[in-house]
Amino acid sequence: MLEIRWHRSAEQGDVTGAKGLADVISTTGKHVQAFAFYGSAKRGASMTAYNRVDDKVIMNHEKYMEPDFVFVIDPALAITTDVTINGKDTTKYIITTHLSTEELVKIQPKLEGKEVYTLDCITIANETIGRPIPNTPMLGAFMKISGMYDIEFFKESMQRVLAKLPQKIVDANMVAIQRAYDEVK
Amino acid sequence: MAFDKMELRDIEVWDGNHAAAQALRQAQVDVLAAYPITPSTPIVEGYAKFKSDNYVEGEFVMVESEHAAMSGCIGAAAAGGRVATATSSQGLALMVETLYQASGMRLPIVLNIVNRALAAPLNVNGDHSDMYLCRDSGWIQFDAFSPQEAYDLNFIAFKVSEDHDVRLPAIVNQDGFITSHTAQGVHTMADDDAYNFVGEYKPMNDMLDFENPVTHGVQTEEDWHFEHKARQHNDMMTKVSPKIEEAFSDFEKLTGRKYNQVECYDMDDADVAVVCMGTSVETAREVAGEMRAKGLKAGVVGLRVVRPFPFAEIGNVLKDIKAVAALDRSAPGGAAGVLFNEIAGSLFNTDSKMLLSGYIYGLGGRDLLKSHLVDLFNELQANADAGKVLTQQQQFIGVRGPKLAYL
Repeated sequence: MLEIRWHRSAEQGDVTGAKGLADVISTTGKHVQAFAFYGSAKRGASMTAYNRVDDKVIMNHEKYMEPDFVFVIDPALAITTDVTINGKDTTKYIITTHLSTEELVKIQPKLEGKEVYTLDCITIANETIGRPIPNTPMLGAFMKISGMYDIEFFKESMQRVLAKLPQKIVDANMVAIQRAYDEVK
Repeated sequence: MAFDKMELRDIEVWDGNHAAAQALRQAQVDVLAAYPITPSTPIVEGYAKFKSDNYVEGEFVMVESEHAAMSGCIGAAAAGGRVATATSSQGLALMVETLYQASGMRLPIVLNIVNRALAAPLNVNGDHSDMYLCRDSGWIQFDAFSPQEAYDLNFIAFKVSEDHDVRLPAIVNQDGFITSHTAQGVHTMADDDAYNFVGEYKPMNDMLDFENPVTHGVQTEEDWHFEHKARQHNDMMTKVSPKIEEAFSDFEKLTGRKYNQVECYDMDDADVAVVCMGTSVETAREVAGEMRAKGLKAGVVGLRVVRPFPFAEIGNVLKDIKAVAALDRSAPGGAAGVLFNEIAGSLFNTDSKMLLSGYIYGLGGRDLLKSHLVDLFNELQANADAGKVLTQQQQFIGVRGPKLAYL
């Protein structure tokens, strides 16, 4: 079982990201689950979303999770909240920030000693898609760090997931995914 | 007007709401009257989108309240159409008056309830308070434990509800958010296969049949009211179960997916068992498997059909189990808990020595942890070993503050 927790601001698009990822993984024959915590939170509130991936049917509906990967798609949340909560020794963190990994860990000591990867998904999204929607770049970074799928296969699959969007936006997302794949470190 | 068919992949990643909306589209509902409410909103929203994208031929009626939504459904069903809607929580509470009208008028309507807590305090998350609120309303009630089942059970609900021997409305329950907003793989049916399973709607006593005028919604006082209610109950008790079995069997032939009125997992040689509904059934199955690896003979019973309550089946499944827990996801309001009472009733007047204890859990979406269920199975095993219930008969799981136990 592979488990992922997303940290984001409400309406930032991580549920779409979590569902998009689930959609791609499902086509490879694995079983998936994508969900989020909901309440009456409005745009800007701190929220979490989740993925589970397994070779057999996923029956666990616990919201509690000790994630293998933590994705932080709002740069502020890595600093203002504890994204390491319920983490394991082996948990990998992929964080969107304009800071380097060293600079980020200096500001947020809870990340010290953790396996932290950084990239600036917000800038990538702004420069490619034209809007600060960082979820598809985050998935590009995840493909690099996890090695789950070949990046070309992943981009092909994401084109289908995003198919209802205008082709221009789909193309921009592909550029964003590739840039994130190349830039994460 | 012609409408378009939709190409679906064999497995789509859908949440429970989208799965239900797709089922309503494939069943080709004639009238859907709705007033959206969280967390069921995406069902009617999704259906409305199918309508605007020309995937649906029927009418979509936006009304001013849930009371009006069900009233619209009742009117359309009496007129002679296939009818459905969806709601949750406070919306269902406002709708309850009309639920009794629908069942009393013997109108086949399918209602998707995305289960949510009832205020106060206000809460949008999942528990079974709304399911229990309408448990005696005369509707057939199915319960889905996953998005796949929310999809499948809609087709079965139409088939059973619209059968001319049944003519009773049916509810498909799914857990708010934990099912309704959780995307998982759903095995789909092609549009034609799905529609052919449900079949063309065959009206009965329809008001638009002007050659054969009928009256709906009559008044009967002490002279006839009791006979109407008794006959309705008789049909619920004697006619619905066989039709459900038939629909489950036909559905299995079509899809390979087998449903049972009482779903049993690891029960054949079980010493201890948990009985519950919704997504908790699946989490409990996973924990039962882990307990078995530790040598404890744990089983799980999930209630697929809530009404008519499978009295005999539940009794048969549980009679030889040493210790059983009934899990109720609703504030019991001064009683032992609905499932506790139903299970106790099904084993009273029998030789069963089963030990029963009740647990209230998960109110307002409070997480049911696997660790809770591990403790629960261990507690049941202790009861089984001692040959008596060592705790009070009603306890609470996962609530903060001092331990609560009653009865």
